[in-house]
Amino acid sequence: MARAKPSTEREQWSGQTGFIIAAIGSAVGLGNIWRFPGVAYENGGGAFLVPYVIALLAIGIPVLLLDYSLGHRFRGSAPTVFRRVTRRAETLGWFQVGISIVIILYYTVVIAWALSFVWFSVRQTWGDDAATFFQRDFLQVAAEPGVSLDIVPGVFWPLVAVWVVVLVVLALGVQKGLERSNIIFLPMLVILFAALVVRALFLDGAAEGLNALFTPDWSALLHPGVWIAAVAQIFFSLSIAFGIMITYSSYLKRRSNLTSSGLVVAFSNSSFEILAGIGVFATLGFMAHQQNVQVSDLEGLTGPTLSFSTFPQIISAMPGGSFFGVLFFLSLTVAGLTSLLSLLQVVSAGFQEKFGWSPRQAALRVGGVAAIVSTLLFSTTTALYVLDTFDKWANEVGVIASAVIMTGLVAWRLRLLPTLRWHLNEVSSTRVGRWWPWVVGVLAPLVLGYMLVSGVWMLVTEGYEGYPLWFRLTTGWGALAFMVVFAVVMTRIRWTKDPDDFVPWPPLPEGGLTTKGVRK
Amino acid sequence: MTTTAIVVLVLSLVVVWGGLVLSILNLRRAPQDSTDPDLPDEPAEPT
Repeated sequence: MARAKPSTEREQWSGQTGFIIAAIGSAVGLGNIWRFPGVAYENGGGAFLVPYVIALLAIGIPVLLLDYSLGHRFRGSAPTVFRRVTRRAETLGWFQVGISIVIILYYTVVIAWALSFVWFSVRQTWGDDAATFFQRDFLQVAAEPGVSLDIVPGVFWPLVAVWVVVLVVLALGVQKGLERSNIIFLPMLVILFAALVVRALFLDGAAEGLNALFTPDWSALLHPGVWIAAVAQIFFSLSIAFGIMITYSSYLKRRSNLTSSGLVVAFSNSSFEILAGIGVFATLGFMAHQQNVQVSDLEGLTGPTLSFSTFPQIISAMPGGSFFGVLFFLSLTVAGLTSLLSLLQVVSAGFQEKFGWSPRQAALRVGGVAAIVSTLLFSTTTALYVLDTFDKWANEVGVIASAVIMTGLVAWRLRLLPTLRWHLNEVSSTRVGRWWPWVVGVLAPLVLGYMLVSGVWMLVTEGYEGYPLWFRLTTGWGALAFMVVFAVVMTRIRWTKDPDDFVPWPPLPEGGLTTKGVRK
Repeated sequence: MTTTAIVVLVLSLVVVWGGLVLSILNLRRAPQDSTDPDLPDEPAEPT
C-alpha cells in the first residue's frame, strides 16, 4: 500500500477532559431547556422519568457508544468513517453531513434571537404583550407561510454576528477553537443556569409549578406515545446518529476511555435536562400564581413560544425580572452556541478530509456559503415557517432515518458490531457486555424504524401545522431531497487524499474475533 | 409541594444526578489512557 505523505497530523483534543466537555457542550443545547420540561410535563409528569431513563440506558447510551466506536476506530468525519467501513457507505456519511447543514441553517437564527433577547431583557422592550412583540415587532412574521426575501434588519445583524463568531471559532480548529470555547462556555452555562434555577425556586408559586411537573400520572405509562416521546427526547437531545459524535470521537487519542467518557456525557446531558425542568416549571408556577390559574391552564410550554413569548411575559411580572431575563437568554445563547459549533464541525471535517482543506479553508468556504444561505432564508419575514418545517423534517425524518440506516447497515449488512464492541472494550475501562449488539442491532432499529414509518405516515397523510402542500413539498420534503441529492453528489466527487490508505487500530487479534466479539 | 411530587423529584435527582456522580467516579478510577497494558503504543498516523 502506498503511503501518502504524512503532511498534516490529524487534529486532536488536548485530552479526555477536553473531549468530554466539548461533547457535553454539544449534547446540551436548546432542546434541553425548551423541549425537555414541556415534553416531560405532557407525557405523564413524574412518571415520564421511567420511560426516559429506560430510553437513555436502552437506546441513547448504546447508540452513543456506536457513534464513538465508529469515529474512534475509523478516525474520520462521517463520510470518511463510513467509506472506510465499506466503500459504498460513504453516501450515508454525506447524508449525515447534509442533515447537519440543514439544521445549522436555522439553529443559527435561534441563537441570534436569544442574543437579541438578552439585550431586550435589560429594558424589557417587549412591553405588555410579549407574544405580539415577538411575532409582529421583532420577527415581523409574514401573514402566510412562504419564502420571502424581505429582510428584517433586527434579525439580520445579530444573525450575521453569530455567524462571524462561530466561523472564527471553527477556523481555529479543534483544540484552539472548539475545545477552548467549550471550556469557557460550558462552565459559564452551568453557572448562569444554576443562578436562574435558584432564583426561580424562590418565586411565589414555584412549588405549584414543581407539583405540576413531578406529580406522576402512572397511567401514562400504558400509552405507547409516551414511550416514543421518551425515546425521541433522548435521541434528539444526545445529538446521536448524525455524525456529531462520530466526528468528535475521531479527534480523541488512540488510547481513550470511550465507554466511561460516554457515560459521563450522557448523564451530564440528562442532569442538565432535569435542572432545566426544575427551573422552567418553577417559573411557570410563578406565572400561574400571578394569573390566578392552574399550571395546567397555561399554554406555550415548549419551543420558541416558551422562550420568546411565555418567558418574557413572566419576566415582566417578576421583581428583578431584567436580571432573570439576562440569565435565561444568555443561557439559551451559550447552550445553543456550543451545539452549533459541533454541527459545524461535522460539515467542516467532511469537506476538510474530502478536499484536503485546512480548518480555516473549510470555515471560509463551506461556512461562508452556509452563512449566506442561512441569512437569506432566516433573516426574512418567513423565517418562522421555514424554521418550523426544516426542524420537523430534519429531525423526525432525517435523523431518525440516518439512525435506522446506520444501525441496520452496521449490524446486519456488515456485521461489524462484534468488532466495534471489541474495540470499545480494548480501549475502555468500562466493559460493554454481550447485550450491546442486541440493543444496537435489534431493539434500536425496531423502535426507531417504527418512529420513522409512523412519523412519515403522519406527515404524508395529515400534513403539518396546516401548511399548504406546496410549502411542505418545497421546504419540508425539499430539505430532505437536498440531503439525499447532496449525499449522492458528494460521494461521486473524487477524494484529494486517498481515505482508504488507513489501518484501524488496535489491530484485530490474530485469528480474528468470535461472533461474540472476543478473542478466539 | 405535595409529598408525591417531592418523592418523585428526589428520585429523579438521585437516579440522574446520582448516575452522573457514579459515572464521574467510574471515569476517575480508571487511568487516563487505555487500560490494557498489552496494547502497543499509539502508531504513527497513517494518513
